[in-house]
Amino acid sequence: MGEVNAGGALDRRAVVARLLADRADLLVVTGLGSPSYDVMAAGDHDGNYYLWAAMGSAATVGLGLAKAQPGRPVLVVTGDGEMLMGLGALATLAVQNPPNLSIAVLDNGHYGETGMQLSHAGRGLALDRVAAACGFGWTAAIDDMAGVDALRARVAARAGLSFARIGVRAENPPRVLPPRDGVHVKNRFRAALGFQPI
Amino acid sequence: MTGMDPGDGTGWRDDVFRVLKAHGVRHVAYVPDAGHSAAIRAAEADPEIQAVVLTTEEEGLGYLAGAWLGGEKGALLLQSSGVGNCINTLALQACARFPLLMVVTMRGDWAEFNAWQNPMGQATEAALRLMGVLTWRADAPEDVAPLLHGAATMAFNGDAACALLLGQRLIGEKQWVK
Repeated sequence: MGEVNAGGALDRRAVVARLLADRADLLVVTGLGSPSYDVMAAGDHDGNYYLWAAMGSAATVGLGLAKAQPGRPVLVVTGDGEMLMGLGALATLAVQNPPNLSIAVLDNGHYGETGMQLSHAGRGLALDRVAAACGFGWTAAIDDMAGVDALRARVAARAGLSFARIGVRAENPPRVLPPRDGVHVKNRFRAALGFQPI
Repeated sequence: MTGMDPGDGTGWRDDVFRVLKAHGVRHVAYVPDAGHSAAIRAAEADPEIQAVVLTTEEEGLGYLAGAWLGGEKGALLLQSSGVGNCINTLALQACARFPLLMVVTMRGDWAEFNAWQNPMGQATEAALRLMGVLTWRADAPEDVAPLLHGAATMAFNGDAACALLLGQRLIGEKQWVK
């Protein structure tokens, strides 16, 4: 294990922009840090829920949303460090197995927000293999944009619980900050689905 | 003792699920505990309920926030030890004011045989309050339904994090020697 396997060659902003292009009825949950900035950079949207804390919770927020909204595709966009903090959630997701939920981990092999320290993924842990071992029926290690396109089509089709590890470069593009008012984003998201504030 | 009632449709153990249903709960996330066994069994058997077994309790905080984003109510069943696992994640409820309803079975609380349960059990209510969770405590069977009704009302009508603690004396002394 070593730095040779850390991350990948793709541009994270290009990956996320492609995943979210022509998103139609897609709902998105982001893990804290760079994935939130990447999703915001692709364009703020009422159907986005950005996490700013609760590290390790992106996948389970996506699960609850997918179970409550089975008719909508739900995509979780997070990083390898955030996913590592909630690895047990992969087992919980696989047991529930909602067909409309997809997890996209932007794996740069590092903790980009805290100074680019190597993560377990950067030291050789293959997160897609963890998901497969937990029981995900579809997993992928994506290293090119054709793979991103295939994932995007699968997400939109609600083709089954999916996990993709997407290899991206270990770099921090300029931050594009999503709103930090959690109440505002929550109420905006719910209003877009037709639910009023209390 | 009343606390040992196995869930025959009349005792507090069945009141928990009955009150959750009455409040429109559609999602029951849980880490198994003997004190919650009747509610867990009822949730797993009810086709209107999404019953979600967790590997660790904080998964339930994310899950229920997601369900609420999607327009549905839920509750988290856990043991007092699991409250410790939730502490940092409670920022989600605090900052976004997601409603949260927790039902906590207590250990390290009364007649505890395993002293390793005592540190978290003794800190449970204070820890929840430090993180902004409203708490109530039931030690008598007849208090469970009204207190859970009250907690659910304030969670779902106030976008608040609310926890009902079920005291160990209510649940009954764990028998270690058979």
